[in-house]
Amino acid sequence: MTETNISTKGSDWGYAPAPESADHFKLKEQYGLFIGGKFVPAGSGRRFATINPANEKTLAQIADAGEKDVDKAVKAARTAYEKVWRKMPGRERGKYLYRIARIIQERARELAVVESMDGGKPIRESRDVDIPLAAAHFFYHAGWADKLGYAFPGKSAGPIGVAGQIIPWNFPLLMVAWKVAPALACGNTVVLKPAETTPLTALLFAEICQEAGLPDGVFNCITGAGSTGAALVKHPGLDKVAFTGSTDVGKAIQKSLAGRSTKLTLELGGKAANIIFEDAAIDQAVEGIINGIFFNQGHVCCAGSRLLVQESVEQEVVEKLKARMEHLIVGDPLDKNTDIGAINSKAQCERIQDYLKVGQDEGAELFQTKCPVPEKGYWVRPSFFTKVAQSHRIVQEEIFGPVLAIQSFRTLDEALEKANNTPYGLSGGVWTDKGAKIFKVTRGIKAGVIWANTFNKFDPSSPFGGYKESGYGREGGRHGLRPYVELS
Amino acid sequence: MSSSLTVSTNLNLQAHPVDEVGIRERVARLATRSIKKASKVEGLKLALSMVDLTTLEGADTPGKVRQLCTKAIHLHSGRKDLPMVAAVCVYPTMVRIAREALQGTPIQVAAVATAFPSGMNPLAVKLEDTRYAVAEGAHEIDMVISRGDFLRGDYARVANEIEQVKEACGKAHLKVILETGELGTLDRVRLASDIAMQSGADFIKTSTGKIQPAATPEVVLVMLQAISDFYRKTGKRIGMKPAGGIANAKAALNLLIMVREVLGPAWLTPSLFRIGASKLPNDMLMQLEKERTGVYQGLDYFSND
Amino acid sequence: MSGSGENMKSGRLDVRKTYKMLIGGAFVRSESGRALDVNAPGGKWLGHVCRASRKDFRNAVVAARKAASGWANTTPYLKGQILYRAAEMLEGRATTFREVLQSIGLSPVAAKTEVTQAIDLLVYYAGWTDKYLQVFGSVNPVSSPYFNFSVTEPMGVVAYVSGEKRPLLDLVTGIAPIVAGGNTVITLSTGRAAVPAMELGEVLATSDFPHGVINLLCGVREELVGQMATHMDVNALVTQGADAKESAASREACALNLKRFFPREANGKGDEDPYRILDTVEIKTTWHPVGG
Repeated sequence: MTETNISTKGSDWGYAPAPESADHFKLKEQYGLFIGGKFVPAGSGRRFATINPANEKTLAQIADAGEKDVDKAVKAARTAYEKVWRKMPGRERGKYLYRIARIIQERARELAVVESMDGGKPIRESRDVDIPLAAAHFFYHAGWADKLGYAFPGKSAGPIGVAGQIIPWNFPLLMVAWKVAPALACGNTVVLKPAETTPLTALLFAEICQEAGLPDGVFNCITGAGSTGAALVKHPGLDKVAFTGSTDVGKAIQKSLAGRSTKLTLELGGKAANIIFEDAAIDQAVEGIINGIFFNQGHVCCAGSRLLVQESVEQEVVEKLKARMEHLIVGDPLDKNTDIGAINSKAQCERIQDYLKVGQDEGAELFQTKCPVPEKGYWVRPSFFTKVAQSHRIVQEEIFGPVLAIQSFRTLDEALEKANNTPYGLSGGVWTDKGAKIFKVTRGIKAGVIWANTFNKFDPSSPFGGYKESGYGREGGRHGLRPYVELS
Repeated sequence: MSSSLTVSTNLNLQAHPVDEVGIRERVARLATRSIKKASKVEGLKLALSMVDLTTLEGADTPGKVRQLCTKAIHLHSGRKDLPMVAAVCVYPTMVRIAREALQGTPIQVAAVATAFPSGMNPLAVKLEDTRYAVAEGAHEIDMVISRGDFLRGDYARVANEIEQVKEACGKAHLKVILETGELGTLDRVRLASDIAMQSGADFIKTSTGKIQPAATPEVVLVMLQAISDFYRKTGKRIGMKPAGGIANAKAALNLLIMVREVLGPAWLTPSLFRIGASKLPNDMLMQLEKERTGVYQGLDYFSND
Repeated sequence: MSGSGENMKSGRLDVRKTYKMLIGGAFVRSESGRALDVNAPGGKWLGHVCRASRKDFRNAVVAARKAASGWANTTPYLKGQILYRAAEMLEGRATTFREVLQSIGLSPVAAKTEVTQAIDLLVYYAGWTDKYLQVFGSVNPVSSPYFNFSVTEPMGVVAYVSGEKRPLLDLVTGIAPIVAGGNTVITLSTGRAAVPAMELGEVLATSDFPHGVINLLCGVREELVGQMATHMDVNALVTQGADAKESAASREACALNLKRFFPREANGKGDEDPYRILDTVEIKTTWHPVGG
């Protein structure tokens, strides 16, 4: 300025807390199992607490289902299947799913807040991603219920029977939707086991089924830990098991189903490479890296947990990534400005901390942002490692937290070779402004979902699922119906 | 001083591809920042201090400009806690009036020049326009680039014009208006930003306000990223001025959020960030009054100029 | 095979064929040097076939893996032509195959039916190579500004255990959809089915299949199925005619690397079925923004 009266000092203006209110609904003190259309206590009377990982406070007491409860649930599902659901015209089944979709939309804010309280994810994500997508999944699959004849050319599609479904804690209600919507649309009935750390929205979903008037026993929900899941898988009354979770547990389930005709689909772990070429839109690529690894605290099986960046732009990308990461706000999941919420559980938090140590012990260089974190609760600052080698555990193993491993490459072939050098094959990313290169790389990555110039996008019409040890079967889209039908 | 065309030799036209969908998503995410209470009050005051209060009408008169200047100094009667705006922005013939009206205040006088808004005059005329405004006392010159030259790919000519206008500015600060609404794609917005910064712009500015769309958040984000890259490479801080179509207080706060998260707090100053507007301040004032009184406001209670 | 009787009637001794396995395009004996007897239904000794070892299987996996990327990237048109070429070659040797099948106990009618069906099956899958993606892929109407599509991609290396009931047809019905889907394959034929399998090797070797795309082993089922199920570089296992015990063991073993496992009954149903191609392909979904 010619006159420098105007302040040239930057302002430290920032964001005040903006908490989403949780006073428009009330959680019950305890929740039973949802069997045959009713909430019932566990036969054993046992309960466990579900806590808020952001403040370690108990949210509710949850019934702990044992073998007998599992048996009741499977029998209720069988009865509903034989007597009601399999006989119901697809059009009518579809209308129940539409009702469910609508009620999820109506109770969206409550579901979002509970999801964030029970699981630790930021309200921005539960509000803008999890809950709307859950509703969308029911809406999408509702329409398939009476159109299955068009989904499988040359075949006639019928239901399988009773499906046992076990879901993880990272997208609690969304995983309910991914599992339950196609199963019901195709005429199957369901016994669902949500994760023990995040049972609440599945139980609210049970209420929604009641509100929708869904016939008793079509959807059943049994809560508990791994032993409940194991009891469900072992139950001889299941025609189908669908599991989302870790690769180790997925393998164990496959083994335990040996000798039975029970069908199985698995959606398991991943260690996706996110490949940035020098000709990419770098700022958008950096945002893609952020979405790839810091979405949902990195508790995402398809997370872009390995960054492969072309050496010529490595420094620029890393500098920009650091700058961008410093704006990520870690803290209260219910604050609308929070980018990274609480780690889902103490155990998971310890596991991630352990990997941070392992990475450094292996010789990699750790960067963490300076963001303050609350005292109570489980937190990990956004982190990345540089100077990592392909053989490092932090490159090979799924951390399931906000921790990125950065490697550089020189040529396209080298990028693909590194990207595919893993037993996993769930997802991958590529960033380049050159169309031909996009198709070469998206073809070259051995994984079920490839995001080109974007990352971590989901849609009910878009099939999702893995290659290799990331599991088998697809969820979403026409292909996602296949695991829930018998073709003849 | 030369008025003949010389080719800029140092122009670096390295491609910085911009992905439109990625930009939209980043904008949407930035817009989810929730600004409440103290943060809102502070942000609105900060934004008011960054306003270039503007009148650019063929019907402008000394009376109109004087009123505008009064508003620039006293944004809302009865509130002593409000800042003055950063500048008033007028046509060159109104610069002298504005200087007089703003005497003794830190408020800057900016003049649009270079055959604003179309720029469709010979360079010599544009330079004369600039020199006239500076001679009248303008602290800042808001020039327009030659979009025709830019769109037909004559980037050297665009750069050269900016360089010469910059020279004609002397001590006055130069804001270069890209008129992004005429550039067609975000890639071109990025390229025009790079050319302007390399050619001596102190600020880059989105729009004249005469063309729609104007300062869309997408365009602003792309320009901020260009500024960030320029700073990373040269260590030089270029200012940013969105102008046109910034409708309300929420949009203004969103701009601050963008600046904060893309460029950092160092840019949260009127010396590096301006908002070109005429009606916007009243919406911000209504929000401030709402925060003070707890009552939602009506425009009848705020003076238009 | 020795054929029937001693062929000295014309005063000339027949030249017998030594049956060899096909691994990586080469006709080889088992590295183990072992052989199996093949007998006609009446018990008459017909000759020897190889008894593949675990190492033979491992070698075949190496060959199949080496060929996988090339075959996966072969154009659908060319894949179709090569499968059709195999049909042509088989048609040309139909008489031989009928004789071979009769020698191991099939009636003349059954032998003839099997050969013609095998030929037609190759033609059937040849026609699918450039269509199944169109029929079973999709463009997905996502509710955001992205172009989103799902395509099929081969799984990679597939092991196939063939049945004995329809010695030739069981093998062809396994191989055709696997390679039509762009995978490479290692097959195991057992008992009497080893004979037409080894004969088929000669058809395939002259059908323009790149080396290693189809690898034919013969041996003892109990000895090799477990190897096929556990091998970490095999992407899928398809079996035919397994008993409950074998299927249970295979499903469990396949969990090691989450190998896809498809036990099929040897009931002859569903030979012509494009959904069999889908068994050994993956669905890949790609997202890309639509912007300017």
